[in-house]
Amino acid sequence: MQTRVAQMRGMLKLTGLNAWGIGVLSIALLLAIPVLLVLSFLFEPAGEVWQHLVDTVLQDYVTNSLLLMLGVAIGVLVLGVSTAWLTSMCDFPGRAVFEWALLLPMAIPAYIIAYTYTGLFDFAGPVQSLLREWTGWSYGDYWFPEIRSLEGAALMLSLVLYPYVYLLTRAAFLGQSICVLDVSRTLGNGPWRTFFSVALPLARPAIVAGLSLALMETLADYGTVQYFGVSTFTTGIFRTWFGLNNAAAAAQLSALLLLFVFALIIIEKGSRRHARYHHTSQRHQALTRFQLNWRQATMAFLICAGALFFGFLLPAGQLFWWALTTAEESFDGRFLSLISHSLLLAGGASLLALLLALFLSYGKRLHGNWLVKLAVRVAGMGYAIPGTVIAVGVVIPFAAFDNALDAWMREQFGWSTGLLLSGTLVALLFAYLVRFLAVSLQTVEAGLGKIRPTMDEVARSLGGRSGEIVRRVHIPMLKGSLMTALLLVFVDVLKELPATLILRPFNYNTLAVRAYELASDERLADASYAALTIVLVGILPVMLLSRSITRSRHAETA
Amino acid sequence: MSISTKLVYLLLALSFMAPSLAMGDGEVNLYSARKEKLIKPLLDRFTQKTGITVNLVTGKADALLQRLQSEGRNSPADLLITTDAGRLHRAKLAGVTQAVDSSVMNDAVPASFRDPQGHWYGLSLRARPILYVKDKVDPSRLSSYEALADPAWKGNICIRSSNNIYNQSLVASMIAANGVDATQKWAEGLVKNFARPPKGGDRDQIKAAAAGLCDVAIANTYYLAGMLTSKDAAQRQAAEKMVVFWPNQAGRGAHFNISGAAVTVAAKNRENAIQLLEFLVSESSQAWYAEANGEYPVRQDVAPGALLRSWGEFKMDTLNLGQLGELNPEAVRLMDRAGWK
Repeated sequence: MQTRVAQMRGMLKLTGLNAWGIGVLSIALLLAIPVLLVLSFLFEPAGEVWQHLVDTVLQDYVTNSLLLMLGVAIGVLVLGVSTAWLTSMCDFPGRAVFEWALLLPMAIPAYIIAYTYTGLFDFAGPVQSLLREWTGWSYGDYWFPEIRSLEGAALMLSLVLYPYVYLLTRAAFLGQSICVLDVSRTLGNGPWRTFFSVALPLARPAIVAGLSLALMETLADYGTVQYFGVSTFTTGIFRTWFGLNNAAAAAQLSALLLLFVFALIIIEKGSRRHARYHHTSQRHQALTRFQLNWRQATMAFLICAGALFFGFLLPAGQLFWWALTTAEESFDGRFLSLISHSLLLAGGASLLALLLALFLSYGKRLHGNWLVKLAVRVAGMGYAIPGTVIAVGVVIPFAAFDNALDAWMREQFGWSTGLLLSGTLVALLFAYLVRFLAVSLQTVEAGLGKIRPTMDEVARSLGGRSGEIVRRVHIPMLKGSLMTALLLVFVDVLKELPATLILRPFNYNTLAVRAYELASDERLADASYAALTIVLVGILPVMLLSRSITRSRHAETA
Repeated sequence: MSISTKLVYLLLALSFMAPSLAMGDGEVNLYSARKEKLIKPLLDRFTQKTGITVNLVTGKADALLQRLQSEGRNSPADLLITTDAGRLHRAKLAGVTQAVDSSVMNDAVPASFRDPQGHWYGLSLRARPILYVKDKVDPSRLSSYEALADPAWKGNICIRSSNNIYNQSLVASMIAANGVDATQKWAEGLVKNFARPPKGGDRDQIKAAAAGLCDVAIANTYYLAGMLTSKDAAQRQAAEKMVVFWPNQAGRGAHFNISGAAVTVAAKNRENAIQLLEFLVSESSQAWYAEANGEYPVRQDVAPGALLRSWGEFKMDTLNLGQLGELNPEAVRLMDRAGWK
């Protein structure tokens, strides 16, 4: 027995993995199954459909997806970083409210904001109709920005995705050692120079983490681009899959999409080279914010108010107006069960995702070799794939497992187990983890990145064991990031649709399902109640999170 | 206890929490691409009448079909409901449906709206005629779908993206009637006549036409019905400006699709599923179902609602709708080539 254990140990050493490494690897691989399934289609012949795609629409898909990503990147960076800097480093009226309110657009599903903007600004909408009424113009007499366009889609996605950048960047700004900023100030740098030459480079890992989340979600978006008639990879995938009835080619398009994401990651890694972003000092002092003169303060206020207005107040206001005036649906008894289902799923998934992210990122930090790193990376790719594709990637292995088990049980015991996991909440939660692991992983890793390895070494030299270091050193320092990860996944699951639709058990509806069913029937007004409830349910954790981030800052400085 | 062990326990606990699928005698399980709102009341009535509980998962047809395929013989679903014939045909080809030989169904559903072997049956009819703006278009200028490719309509037609199944079905029906080459030419001509690159849904086309962007729109009539009965005055006013024109009346007839259903090959409650099918085509169900959806009853002996009757009589294309599924990929390619976004 002992020799076998020793043998095993030897084998493990050979692969460079210990028990934890193996645990991390197997969980990462498990979560990577749907993504790997998609990638495996790369080797399946898809027939001459590729020639057709190349001849006709592929170029459109590539160009539009790239342009959309570019637009969203600019949008979320400008909105997210500026508001993060202003609310964490400057003093101006309303700052305390903006701190949390700027997160609100996150609670609005992208396709919903697209519908509301179309309702308002489309040719047949109230704004243009009023314009025509006042001026007597008719179609063709005037120019008006076309909301349902590539630019419009980039704007819509920027408005609801900038909170990712805002949230992570703000946490980074708040966590920056005040000394660095003070040094910059004593060197005579004003707020602008301190921002560009010190704070921004230091916050870069966090900004990049937020940006990559926003871009991955952009790549996966279907609802908005579909409604706006913009042909991207996502619309192409569904067209190829369902329209051309060619699953292999569709999966290959998805795999191509993943290559996009890989490329992004590699470019970012390359540009960062070996620069590391640990702080040399953890000494924080009470933050003295830049005092703005009235002109600067007005600008700051307008920037934050603009993001809040266009990202949340306007679309939510439109929903509210529809709910009040034209909706034929309203709250009914079933709403309570919708809310409780949504809460249960979002709560469960966000907790699980957080635990897994912690487990995986620690595995990487402590025992990571290239294999573990790759597996974790692949497991986090689900975020960039359209939800329906991921959902099918979950349906197939679960059903295969259930059916194999069933067949075996029938043969061995003449007893059918049927579908054990398919069609249960387990499959659904698994899909959420596959899809949203990237979110919690990025957030936790961004937080862990701030903790210098030297701190671990010091703690270890003081005799601390790994578990103890985590509990007494890391957890307090990570609290903000952990809360952020929890909230982001919570809100994402609350809005999640495709996986919920296809994987949920019988008679099990959520708020997102209800909103979608009515909206996709082009009954927007009727969808407004459910959409508003998603927003309401999302607001509470947003406020709690914002408070806890601010407080974690105080705790550190105390 | 390590995190992973805890996780296993948690997952186990959750799996027990999951609503169990007790498959007793008094049940029938539906995978439905028809929205809950539009079918649930009828299902409730069925339960009231028969005591059979109906369990429902709604979703997108293709995804539900994929789920059905993956689950195989263990699938809990007894009945698949879709809102177009193409998917039902695809389900049949995928081998997840079974033949039902019911004289009730065969009597109620006209032959072109059901599978010849009884794998699927239409439950209601979805019309996709031409709509034009009142007083702006002389209806004598309109005749057929084909004629809309005439350069005379340049910059004057609103229609949604070719990603949409309704357009794919319409084009498939034209391929069946005129062949690929003629339809290709037609699609190219039609695209040249677009008032704008396609965007939005069917209601958006109606709104755009009413607002003066184009004179002619192609849209399903139940959207028009939904707008006419809307609480939103703007939608009502837009819809009131539109007139329904039934095309191809001198030829094969106007294009209709169906919402329909198929009994799955894995059905454990086969009898209940058939009972539900027969209930759905009963005269009273048909009247309610068509009315609630703004669609036409599949039963020719049941009159549509007053609003739908006001749009007049029409001749329907009698192409067997299984063909739509057959020709769908060809239709999509054709539209790709024609630059129909």
